[in-house]
Amino acid sequence: MILLPCPWCGPRDASEFGHVGETPPRPDPDTVTPAQWRAYLYLRPNSRGWVAETWYHRMGCRRFIKVERHTDTNETRQASQRGPAARAGAGA
Amino acid sequence: MPQFANGGPRSRRGIYPARYSAAGLVRRGLAHQDWPPAWRSQPVKPSYDVVIIGGGVHGLAAAYYLAANHGITDVAVLDKGYIGSGGSGRNTAILRSNYLTPEGVRFYDRSLKLYERLAADLDYNVMFSQRGHLTLAHSDASLRTMRWRAEVNKAEGVNSEVIGRSEIKRLAPFLDVSDEARYPILGALYHPPGGIIRHDAVVWGYARGAAARGVHIHQHAEVTGIEVTDGQVRAVRTTQGDIATATVLNATAGWSTLISDMAGVRLPITTFPLQAAVTEPVKPFLSTVIVSGSLHVYISQTDRGELVFGASVDPFTSYSMRGSFEFIEGLAGHVLELMPALSKVRLLRQWSGLCDMTPDYSPIMGTTPVAGFLVDVGWGTYGFKAGPVSGEAMAETIASGRPAEIITAFALERFTAGPLVGEKGAAAVGH
Repeated sequence: MILLPCPWCGPRDASEFGHVGETPPRPDPDTVTPAQWRAYLYLRPNSRGWVAETWYHRMGCRRFIKVERHTDTNETRQASQRGPAARAGAGA
Repeated sequence: MPQFANGGPRSRRGIYPARYSAAGLVRRGLAHQDWPPAWRSQPVKPSYDVVIIGGGVHGLAAAYYLAANHGITDVAVLDKGYIGSGGSGRNTAILRSNYLTPEGVRFYDRSLKLYERLAADLDYNVMFSQRGHLTLAHSDASLRTMRWRAEVNKAEGVNSEVIGRSEIKRLAPFLDVSDEARYPILGALYHPPGGIIRHDAVVWGYARGAAARGVHIHQHAEVTGIEVTDGQVRAVRTTQGDIATATVLNATAGWSTLISDMAGVRLPITTFPLQAAVTEPVKPFLSTVIVSGSLHVYISQTDRGELVFGASVDPFTSYSMRGSFEFIEGLAGHVLELMPALSKVRLLRQWSGLCDMTPDYSPIMGTTPVAGFLVDVGWGTYGFKAGPVSGEAMAETIASGRPAEIITAFALERFTAGPLVGEKGAAAVGH
């Protein structure tokens, strides 16, 4: 069982969350090229190791939170909640 | 385009160390003789014409067809573990070609045709059992998609039709087709040529055929770097030494982005685990493959009597191959929903494999912006059944220097140019 550290609800089972993943910054639609936009849509780092990613606590506080997770071992740790990825929207 | 020393196609007789036969089986059995090894390890050479990363069914099939169809035998297949230790040994060994897009149907049907004659081609019993494949519909929406799939299949010459409850009950008497079920079965897509195969035998058959033609297979040779200069592959660094080469094929499934990153090629792939499980053996009672997209489960019975269960991918990306209790709990519920009679059957073990998912649920095959670096990746949850055709097509691509006709729809460029090949409706169970 994987526990995710929700900053609002405490450690909760991962099954309560929706996985959003690593969210690249959204390019400006006014200046972006089609190639850049498709790269934003489709390309993810898919890193093996510690990643900072977004989860949606759909069966809890219903907030988007940032969590650090090791993608090989699924260990998790609290991440800073600053930055755009923790805000709602990002492809959930 | 690189030039290859062409040994020319050779006749099959005289290549294999020993052809398997019924007479040989009796002779060796009576004399208690050991069987000769199916293939032999060779020392790592400092250079090869072609280096294939990934010793699964895709990598080994590509090596085999390079040697058998194109006479290119200076080939190394590298695996960081042992051959067939990744997705090739972890899938649920289901073969079918009833896909949704014409490109997909043509492609997977070619694979099924190759599988049908694989045992004879490789002189290796791969135990292909074409027992029929049922995809159940529990809603009007899935029934509609199945009619669509059946029509596309028929137009491509693939045997596939939508059948009703009485026919389902006749084919699989243990299924609960009553109205009282929580998710009543409304119909099914029936695909008679589909079935199951012995996946380890496929891997070993290709390894044996490739090695007999001069291909080197290096196990426990993990790739640690790929040298690219002026946009051209020059060498592969491994834990068993550096190998100079101008042609590299990435056939590493769940680990494919890690390898492509080494060559500086970014892929639209994310890696998800997919879990499966097997029960204790019971008497044969299930003669078809049962798939339920809505219940995220597929069931088949092996020749040994074990029930093999597969599921959809886990709900988050990971390189971890540990099973979870949530999976077992959900799986048991879904299986019992379909076949209540199995409630006393015990699970023997569960495992997990890595799936390299693409945005459109179709693979990525062919050349990349780096010359000499080819990919056969993005195989998600449907890679095993495509092993032979992928190997054949990638061998042709390597030998001719341009993508084979059958894989042009699956080029990496589609993610920048636009024409995706959406197979979500038929790729497997829900994603």
